[in-house]
Formats: sequence, structure tokens, C-alpha cells
Amino acid sequence: MARVVVDVMLKPEILDPQGKAVARALPGLGVEGASSVIDVRIGKRIELTVDGEVDAATLAAVEELAHTLLANPVIEDYTVRAE
Amino acid sequence: MSARVGVVTFPGSLDDRDAQRAVRLAGGEAVPLWHADADLHGVDAVVLPGGFSYGDYLRCGAIARFAAIMGPLVDAAREGMPVLGICNGFQVLCESHLLPGALVRNDHLHFVCRDQRLRIESSGTPWTSGYAPGQEIVVPLKNGEGGYVADERTLDELETEGRVVARYLDVNPNGSRRDIAGISNAAGNVVGLMPHPEHAVETLTGPSTDGLTFFTSVLRALTGLSAPVPA
Repeated sequence: MARVVVDVMLKPEILDPQGKAVARALPGLGVEGASSVIDVRIGKRIELTVDGEVDAATLAAVEELAHTLLANPVIEDYTVRAE
Repeated sequence: MSARVGVVTFPGSLDDRDAQRAVRLAGGEAVPLWHADADLHGVDAVVLPGGFSYGDYLRCGAIARFAAIMGPLVDAAREGMPVLGICNGFQVLCESHLLPGALVRNDHLHFVCRDQRLRIESSGTPWTSGYAPGQEIVVPLKNGEGGYVADERTLDELETEGRVVARYLDVNPNGSRRDIAGISNAAGNVVGLMPHPEHAVETLTGPSTDGLTFFTSVLRALTGLSAPVPA
């Protein structure tokens, strides 16, 4: 079995309120150097376990799945890779 | 004979019964449709109700878009059947590409539940023909992911083509671009909006009865009668 990973992120121009809320919480942790964090964006990592080897056809199929359902290209960017 | 308006129930739909009731109060026949149905049972129009279809997993409306009933529904919508998506239904319509743009998490992160004042910007759709253009109404709004977003070109297109159907007044409750509460497709038969007209059809339970006109409008459109003269 092999794994294909789809990473999904909101497009840069789409506000990520979740990331903003986390960014606001970070300075309160008292971690030295945390003040250098100026922005947080939160996305999704989707792991697809596939039967057999990952070849070009598998990646093409996952690409289509990503474009059709796993990500919404109107608001999200995604990458597909074998891992 | 009264027109038959289907209301689709997905796993996780909440407002399907209220939508059916609104159809009946408006004088129509409400036809319950099931997400796994392979056809539309000959209905004349369809309401996609509010709720949390498939638990809002992945993205709101993303999985509902691939329900069995959505195939014939998308075909019928493209052929001109009136379709109204309310809240989660609006999200399903965007995910189905029947409407442009998307709904994202409210900019303030909180779930919002309030009686919301709106301005009806277009009475050119079968769902809003009974309203006067510019008419102000109050209906409940309740959502966590109701921020309407689209690229600037799409937003400009919606504005110039008169496809912004309703706009938020007083406050922008969720960060929607240009205060947009609802939009239509180019033909006008497909309308999506975040606020809930089906919860404002009776004085006993709603803040007003302003929402009923969505349902009386479509019934008039379907039975071929002209839209009523607004009061």
C-alpha cells in the first residue's frame, strides 16, 4: 500500500479567521521567540491510502478527486504528491 | 391545482420541515424529496433547506453536492426549474456550481443567530417577484459559515447583471463581500441566500411574516399568474 497526500490551503486572498484566532493566542504561551510569528494560516492534509504502487495514473486520478471534491478551487489551492 | 414544490432532505438537514410548512402556508403542495432519490418526482420547483448536510464535513455542502438527487436537480435547474437554496442549501448550490462563489467561515468566528434586516435588491427572480425592488424585510439568520466570497470580477458581474438578490442592512453579520445575503444565477431561476425566509412565515414563531413572499412568489410564477402588486 502507498499513500498519496493532498494538501489543501485557503487561497491567500481568502480570510482565514481560524488562523487569525490562533495567531492571536500564540503570544500568550510565553514561548521565547513566538513574537516573531507574524501570521498563521490553517489548511487540511488529506491522506489517501491506495492499493499497489503510486504511478502517474494514480496521481492523475487523485488530482481529479482533489479538483472535484477534496478542494474547492473557488476558495482553495491544493497540491497532490506521493509520500 | 396547486404547484408542487419539492424539499430535499439530506442526512443532517434541519429546516426541511419548516420549508415544507412554508410551501403549504403559501398555498402550494410540499413534496418531501430524499437525497438518495434518483428523480425529482415530477415537482415544479425545489427548495434545498438549511442544516448541516453530512455534518458539514470537508466543506459545507461539498458532499451533498454528490447526492443521487443532485444529478437530476442540476439538470432541471439548468433547464429553468426554480430552485431556492437556503443557508446550507445555498452552500450546496455554490458547491454544485449552479451559483458562483463560496461561503466561508464567519469573519468573527462566532455562530450568528439573529433577526436580520435585509433589502430585496432584485424582484426579477421567481422567488422574489412578489417583493418591491428595494423592499426591506426581517427574517432569521443563523450560520457559522455564511461569509459570501467570490473574486472581484464575479462580484462586479453579479452587481451589474442585477444578480444580487438580497443584501444585509444595519450590520454585516458574517463578513460577506459587499454585504451580499443572496444571489441568483444568470437566468434568475436559481437563488441562494443565507438568511431563512422559511422561519418568517407565521407571527407565532417568526419575527415577521416577510419570508412567506418567497414561497407565494414562486407559486404564482409556476401557476402563470402575474406577481402581486406590492403593498
